[in-house]
This record gives sequence, C-alpha cells and structure tokens, in this order.
Amino acid sequence: MADRYTELINTPIGKTIAKQIGLPAPVVLERFDPNRPVIDGPVLFGGAPGATLGGPVAATLAHIGAETYTPLQEELRSAAAAAGLDAKIFNAETAGAEQTFKALVFDASGITDSTQLVELHRFFSPTIRRIRSCGRVIVLGLTPELVSHPRQRVAQRALEGFVRSVAKEVKKGASANLVYLTPGVDARLESTLRFLLSPRSAYVSGQVIRIGSSANAEEPDWSAPLAGKVALVTGAARGIGKAMAEVLARDGAHVVVLDVPQAAEALATVAADLGGSDLAVDITSEDAPKLIADHLLEHHGGVDVFVHNAGITRDKTLARMDEERWQLVLAINTSAIEAINAELVERQAFRANGRIVCVSSIAGIAGNFGQTNYGTSKAAVIGIVNAYAEEAAGLGITINAVAPGFIETQMTAAIPITIREAGRRMNSMSQGGLPVDVAETVAWLASPGSDGVNNNIVRVCGQSLLGA
Amino acid sequence: MNSSVRRVAILGGMRIPFARQDGPYAKASNQDMLTTTLDALVSRYGLEGEALGEVVGGAVLKHSRDFNLVRESVLGTKLSPATSAMDVQQACGTGLEAAIVVANKIALGQIDSGIACGVDTTSDAPIGVNEDLRALLLDANRAKTNQQRVALLTRLRPHMLLPEIPRNVEPRTGLSMGDHTAITAREWGITRQAQDELAVDSHHHLAAAYERGFQDDLVTPYLGLERDQNLRPDSSLEKLARLKPAFGGPEGTMTAGNSTPLSDGASAVLMASEEWAAAHGLEPLAFFVDAQTAAVDHVHAREGLLLAPAYAVPKLIDRHGLALGDFDQYEIHEAFAAQVLATLRAWEDPVFCKERLGRDAPLGAIERAKLNPNGGSLGAGHPFGATGGRLIGALAKSLHEKGAGTRGLISVCAAGGEGVTAILEGA
Ligand SMILES: NC(=O)c1ccc[n+]([C@@H]2O[C@H](COP(=O)([O-])OP(=O)(O)OC[C@H]3O[C@@H](n4cnc5c(N)ncnc54)[C@H](O)[C@@H]3O)[C@@H](O)[C@H]2O)c1
Repeated sequence: MADRYTELINTPIGKTIAKQIGLPAPVVLERFDPNRPVIDGPVLFGGAPGATLGGPVAATLAHIGAETYTPLQEELRSAAAAAGLDAKIFNAETAGAEQTFKALVFDASGITDSTQLVELHRFFSPTIRRIRSCGRVIVLGLTPELVSHPRQRVAQRALEGFVRSVAKEVKKGASANLVYLTPGVDARLESTLRFLLSPRSAYVSGQVIRIGSSANAEEPDWSAPLAGKVALVTGAARGIGKAMAEVLARDGAHVVVLDVPQAAEALATVAADLGGSDLAVDITSEDAPKLIADHLLEHHGGVDVFVHNAGITRDKTLARMDEERWQLVLAINTSAIEAINAELVERQAFRANGRIVCVSSIAGIAGNFGQTNYGTSKAAVIGIVNAYAEEAAGLGITINAVAPGFIETQMTAAIPITIREAGRRMNSMSQGGLPVDVAETVAWLASPGSDGVNNNIVRVCGQSLLGA
Repeated sequence: MNSSVRRVAILGGMRIPFARQDGPYAKASNQDMLTTTLDALVSRYGLEGEALGEVVGGAVLKHSRDFNLVRESVLGTKLSPATSAMDVQQACGTGLEAAIVVANKIALGQIDSGIACGVDTTSDAPIGVNEDLRALLLDANRAKTNQQRVALLTRLRPHMLLPEIPRNVEPRTGLSMGDHTAITAREWGITRQAQDELAVDSHHHLAAAYERGFQDDLVTPYLGLERDQNLRPDSSLEKLARLKPAFGGPEGTMTAGNSTPLSDGASAVLMASEEWAAAHGLEPLAFFVDAQTAAVDHVHAREGLLLAPAYAVPKLIDRHGLALGDFDQYEIHEAFAAQVLATLRAWEDPVFCKERLGRDAPLGAIERAKLNPNGGSLGAGHPFGATGGRLIGALAKSLHEKGAGTRGLISVCAAGGEGVTAILEGA
C-alpha cells in the first residue's frame, strides 16, 4: 500500500540512512481497521477558560470509550462527569515524560480576545511532544464570521494559523485540524470528532471544518453509519471512485457504481464485489441526468448520497491547448455535475438528510502548471458547493467537496518520476495519500451524523504545500 | 437486651510524645509504651483501682509473644486487674477501630466505660526467622531422637540465617505505601509545592498547639522526650524544597519531608456513658457519634491505596444528612501530604464523585483553616496503632473548646486499601 520510498525508509537500514543524510522520513500512516477502537490510545482534552463545547466533546469521548485525561479545570471535569466520561487527571507539572497521548483535543471556544490566545501556548507547549505516532491535534473554535464581537472574531480567526503551524510541527504521521462551530447552536459534533480522531482521517491535516446547525437528529449506528442508505458514485470503475464505493459499502450503504460504457466490464466486477448495482453511462451524454434519476427512483426510490467523483485531466500549457481539451475537462469535471444535480433536485430524488459530495482538487485551489483547464474545472466544483449550499440546506441535504492532493493512483503514476516524487513529498506527511483516504473523508461527509457539515471544502492532501 | 442506644462520651485522651525510629524509644517495647500511656491516663482522670468495662487496643508491628498485648499492659497499670482487655488490629486504622469497638459496646449498654488505645514501635520490631529455617526448626522440634535432630541439621543452609524483617510493603502489589502514593500523587496531579505547603502547616500548627499549652494535658513526657521528636517548628518551604524525592523516581514529588517518618509511640482515650462520666465527676469533651469504614481495590482496579476514606466519608455524612462542609474541624491523618491532597481533590472532583461515588455533584472543598489545625501526622510522626488515639483525643478537646454541638470529622487511611472515618460532636 505504502509507496516504495516509504517502505524502504521504514526498514531499519532505511531509517538510519534517512537520518544521516536528512531525507524526509514518512511513517506508514495508520488506516481504518474495524477491529481497532476509534482511537487507539489516550486522549487529552483541554480547554481555555470559559470553554463551551465540553459537553458534546466529552459525550463523544465517552461514547467511543476513549481513555481520556483532562487538566484540573472545573468546567472540563464537570462536563466529563455530566457526560459519564471517567476522565483521569493530567497535570503537566507532575506528569512523567512517559505519559503520551494519541490525541490532544482543545476547546478554544472560550477565547474572547487575542490576549487569551496564550491559552493555546499554555496547553500545547507542554503537551505537543507527548503526541504519539499518527496522533491527532484537534482544536475547536467558533466560526469567526458568525461571531459578533470584533475582538472575539479576531481571536477565533487566529486559530487557523495556529493549527496550520502545529500541523507542520507534529510530524510522525500526526495531523492537526480545526473545527469551527456556529456560536450558540447545539452542534452535532460526534460524527466529525470520530472522523478526526480515528485513522479514517489519516491524510487530512491542516484543515478547517465548519459545522453549522443540524436539521436532523438521525443518530447513526456508528459501526454501520450508512446502513439502509443508497449511495451513487460516479467514475467508480477504478481509482479513487472505486475506493469510495468500497468504503461506502463497508459503512453499510447499497452502492450504485457508475462509469463510462467502455469501462462496463470493470464496473460490473466492482458492483458484484460490493453487492451493489452498476450503471454504465457517460455523464456528459445528454440523457445522462435523466437516466441516472430514473435508475435511482425506479430501483431505489431515490438516493441518499451522491458522489460526483468522475473526472479527467487533459494537460497542456494554455497556448498549446486546443479548445477540445478545454471543453472535455470542463464538461466532465464541472458541467455534468451541475446538470445531474439540477435533475435530481427537480425530480426530488434526494431523500431526507441526503448528501452531495463533489470531488475538487488542490489544483482547483492552488492552480497547476499545464492544468488551466483542470484548475478551472476544479475551482468551479468549489463554486458549485458554495453556490448551492444554501439551497441544499433548504432541502434538508448538504453539499460539500473533498479536494484531494497527491493520491497514489493510475492518474498520478503517469506523472514523470521527478515531478511525481516532488508531489509526493511536498506535504507534512512526506508521502502521497491513498484512494482510501479520500474515500474515508467522503464517507464521513456522507454520514447521517454529518448533517451540520455543509458548504465545506475539505482537502485530503497531508497538508500539501500547494495552495496552503 | 438493651434496645436503646446511648450517647458515648469522650472524656479525655493521653499519649506519649512520638519518637522517630531508633530514637529515644529504641529500646522501649510496645508493652512499655502502652503501660506508661495507660497509667498517665489513669492518673489524669483518677482511675486508680477502677475496673473499667474494657480496654481495647492494638499494635500493627507485634511480636508473637505479645498475643495479649493490651491485657498484659493493663495488668501493669494501676487499673483494677478485673479490667478486661482485647487486642484488635487494622493497620493504621487500629486506634480508631479500637475506639469504634469501645463506643459500640458503651452505646449498646454492654459496658459503661472503656479505654481505646494503640501503640507501635518500628525500632523494637519483631524479626522473623527465615521460612526455610522455621520449617527446619519445627521439624527438629518434632524429631524424637538426637540422631534425627543431627540429621536435620545437615539441611541447614547459609541463606536460612537471613532474618525476615517486617517491610512496609503491600503483600499483593509488592509496592511500598510510598510507591503506591506516588502513583496516586501523579494520577491526581499533586505538585511538590502543594505537598510541602501541607507539611509546613502540619509542623507549624503542631508547634503552635504546644506553645499555647493545648497539648499539656494530652501528652505525658517519656524517656526524656517532652514533645514529638519529629516536630520542626522552624520548618519552611525553602528547607523542604532542598530534599530529594523519596518515592516516585527522580522526578517524584514525595520527599522525607512530606511523608511521615517511621515512628514509635502510644496513645489512649477514655470513653464512657454519660451516666458513668457524671458518677465519676468527669465532664465529657465530645461525643462519639458514628463511624464508617471502606475499602478500595488497589490490586485489580488499581485504585489509590490510601483513598478509601474518600469512599467512607460520603457514606458516613449521608447517614446524618450532613454535607462535607458542615464540620467545624477535620482531622485527616497525614500518612503522606499527597494522600491528604488527593483525598481532598477527589471530593472536589465532579468525575470522581460521579463515577466512583455515584453522586450528581461533588462533595466540595473544605475550608483549609479547619484542616488539622493543631498539627497532623507529618509534624507529630505516625506510630501506626497510636495515631487514631492521638486524633480522637486532640479533636475531642478542640471541639470542647469550640463549644457544644460543634462537629468534627476524622479520616484515617490504612494499608490494604482501607479507610476508617468517624464523626465527633463537641460536648
Ligand atoms: N489521483 C489524484 O491524485 C487526484 C488528485 C486530485 C483530484 N483527483 C480527482 O479524483 C477523481 C478521481 O480520480 P482518479 O485518480 O481516481 O482518476 P481515474 O482516472 O483513475 O478514475 C476516474 C474514473 O472516472 C471515469 N470517468 C471519466 N469520465 C467519465 C465520464 N464522462 N462519465 C463517467 N465516468 C467517467 C473514468 O472512466 C474512471 O474510471 C477525479 O475527479 C480527479 O480529478 C484525483
């Protein structure tokens, strides 16, 4: 699974050589294993004075049975007690160096002005080196744009810079992410916290996730959050789309896999392996939106999760790019999504608490040499998410996108070696992600518990240096 | 059968100053110290020739020949030889358990008066012979002929000559009490500073109690000691800060200064029914209201070895509809500063109170000025069996000074993961 450099560097000899000549030393990232707990190690849960999110955080930690420690702070201890969380006590002054953590979770919602940002330093400075390999840093704050007091807004906005910097310091395959919640709203945090704490978020780092209010109270069966759901994934005959189909099926969904008719054979195999169904159609064909809607409504009475994964690249520098290349990329990567969404909404194909998940790319955020067409199409995907989020919320569904960075697929295997190596290593994890990393992120967004997550673009890039 | 329960009066306490191990009492036996202490109590309260209901007491470190330690001590005092006596033993809870036995018998009308007492020597400690040697000697004892005895002698090996010295170690964990408490200190995040502060308070409060004459009728001089040998009136944070960690490794927070030293000493408390007290012209200092023990699973559940009182106290105060803050004085035995601080923290902690005690709200904090105001074991020392008597005697007197109806709480942690607690009320 890991690339050959990562494999080599993790042999005893490789480790020694890498250390001596200063090569990046990527660790083999931990990935989801149904036989392991959500988080395999102790969690330290801290907070700035006045923190308000202790309740939902403690509840999640109690539900997942995490061995939790808190500093001796009244509000944290009370929140733990109320949630039935048997939290131990951590005091940096007396704790031995052998006390390490798999995750550091910090509730920064109580920080109301920039002078209080020192609380970040107070909590993390003595604890950041206690993070285990493939550990997690999660900071919780309030969505700055929705905070009315200017100084509080400034302080909350500052969290982003902190988390992104910490993400670059943690190393050893650990990640750091920020979750913003809407002030004054009882946020449904559990789905997102589970994702970020677990190995499912292996390649997600340096990200900001915004959670708003929830219209639904659907409590998932966490061992099969998509049980009873129908999910369609486009471009699922191979690559990342196939991994998405596998993960969504693993999480309990009936998956309809879609790809071009030329890939029908591979597609049928994927469907058969997953106990799903297949639909061979070119999404750019004129009747594609209708065919898809018909299929979903006739065979499944609608759809719960629709993943717009199909996408292509047709690289050329702009001056040498013919219009056909441009149009093909835009048609598949952007316009097809708009047409299909419109049809599905029009036909009321989405069931309650439905999900649209699009696939953008860091090329759509940072731009890329030779990819003016692709960059445009993937930035447009972000535009689609932003433009339709409000309407989606009105329909009781969410629309979000994942933006993969360098993912080990046939697409990236085709890149010349030097550029490929650079792409692989230019991120905080010093390695490329795997299709399953994108798939896990999609599954989190698709979960019935993620209804508060709308209008988010979540990069799955190991905190790529591009477009950071 | 007497169906009514009588109030149990505490009439007075007496002890000898506590000495450090191998100090002035190095050659004094448990029986010597206990006899002296009982006689001092007898003289102070005019009990010469009196046949009391019962004298109950014990020692933790005891020679096998001392199977009837208390009775033998009573026979050496001026009490009437018709005073029956009984040995009890519950590690550091021995002294308080002795008082509970006496109190219960008085309450039920089985006796009208009694003495609860306790003693310990860590200097004149019993030494056991090696287990293999013991087996050999017992075999020799059973042998019928000299030939058989000589044959047995050939089994003698050098290692058998090493004696078994009693060690302050928990049998089921192999850890010393200090090691256990170091774990507790770390679990509860108790700092060195906080422990040293408590230790300094203990010394200063005890020194002040001696200065204002509070101890005059509670302590009788013995073998040249007039005050507790361990007491350092000039103890300070600066001095304590210089000490090296004694438990918990090089980064440990526990030192010889904030842990009690091994000590020698004895104490006794006179208890009676109100009628007996009146008939003897003695004024009750306080009443022994109730008591509660508890135990924790320090072996499998890995709970704090010395945190059992944290469980006992809530049961005790609930029974009387009292809150933790409803007491005028708290006497918490200071085995280690860390153990006292962890207990206080446990009562304040919402998680401990919910998860361990099943309570919706924490018991809360206690006013620190009311904690061990006349000094504690860190200052005085801690001869295991004698600490309970020291606490009862001093608290009863203090509550009497504060006035009738004032309340005091006693809490003693003990080896084996046990705890003994009691409520006293000023008379
Ligand atoms: N691999 C990466 O590093 C990376 C990085 C960023 C974004 N992405 C995006 O992830 C998605 C999947 O990428 P991948 O690496 O798995 O690529 P891939 O080429 O391996 O798979 C894409 C699939 O989409 C299908 N497809 C293409 N055009 C279609 C059409 N018109 N109708 C139906 N199906 C069609 C293809 O047949 C193929 O099976 C794409 O949107 C891509 O832009 C990939």
